[in-house]
Amino acid sequence: MAGMIDETDRRVLRALQRRPDGTTAELAALAGVAPSTFWRRLGRLRRRGVIRGFRRRVNWRALGWGVEVSLRFSLDKTRPGSIDRFLAAAREIPEVVEIATYLGRVDARLHVIARDMAHYKEIYHRRLLSLPHVSEIEALMVVAEVERVRVLPV
Amino acid sequence: MRGQEEDDGPMALDARDRQILELLWEAGDLTSVALAERLGLSQSAVSRRMARLEKAGVLGPREAVLDREKLGLGVTVHLGVKLAARGGTSHVEFERVLAAIPEVQHVQHVLGRYDYRIEVVARDIADFERVLRRRIMALPGLGEVEANVVMWREERPGPLGRA
Repeated sequence: MAGMIDETDRRVLRALQRRPDGTTAELAALAGVAPSTFWRRLGRLRRRGVIRGFRRRVNWRALGWGVEVSLRFSLDKTRPGSIDRFLAAAREIPEVVEIATYLGRVDARLHVIARDMAHYKEIYHRRLLSLPHVSEIEALMVVAEVERVRVLPV
Repeated sequence: MRGQEEDDGPMALDARDRQILELLWEAGDLTSVALAERLGLSQSAVSRRMARLEKAGVLGPREAVLDREKLGLGVTVHLGVKLAARGGTSHVEFERVLAAIPEVQHVQHVLGRYDYRIEVVARDIADFERVLRRRIMALPGLGEVEANVVMWREERPGPLGRA
């Protein structure tokens, strides 16, 4: 799979990741290519699905949402389909901003945001505790984002 | 025009703002012209809203969403890390060395069983083992590490429907 992109593509991708707000001219300069080349490579990377698209994230803390919790849900291994039912139910909760499952484990991690602790308690009791097939819940309170690098080593 | 709103607390979103945020979450490269068309608003109205959202720090930059597999990064791992009991390395030093590891994508300082949650990418399991042994295990002040290979992961925008 690594053979899909060449060195110029890598420079384009690095520039794109380092300067999310860059103009084509700025990004091309950063990548050391002509703007027309940058444009062309960008188009190709998109068509091939290397670049799946673009995303502008919502910063909920800037909206005054001060609580972020990462929860590990251990699931009942007993019935097949239980993890799928759990995930489907988790996606119904709007305050769940990230979901992950892991190899070799019957559990899932949910990342939940809330306005404050009272709001979090409400989400926890009303929504999270009702998720199906859960045997155990363990929570980590997110105190700070240390690094949001988001530059893949390409 | 109203005066500066920064001192009045966090920004309030109306329905239009939420629509804009939702669209830009899905397609962050949409222009104000394209957004205006979709929402039945004028381009200047959309631009004004976007500028306000950006200024308030609510609307993040236009990040490229990349296919890790196609880039040869077939493995994503979530780590839980606990620092060794007090005495010695500061969090600052730990975080500084951590930031220098190119495979590290995301770091959160947490409270609970661990001190940090870390996301790492690697080409394959063997490559991850290399990063783990040579870089992660070498972190100053490291106590415990728990590593779980991600099978599936999804990010969602948050409660834009009814915040």
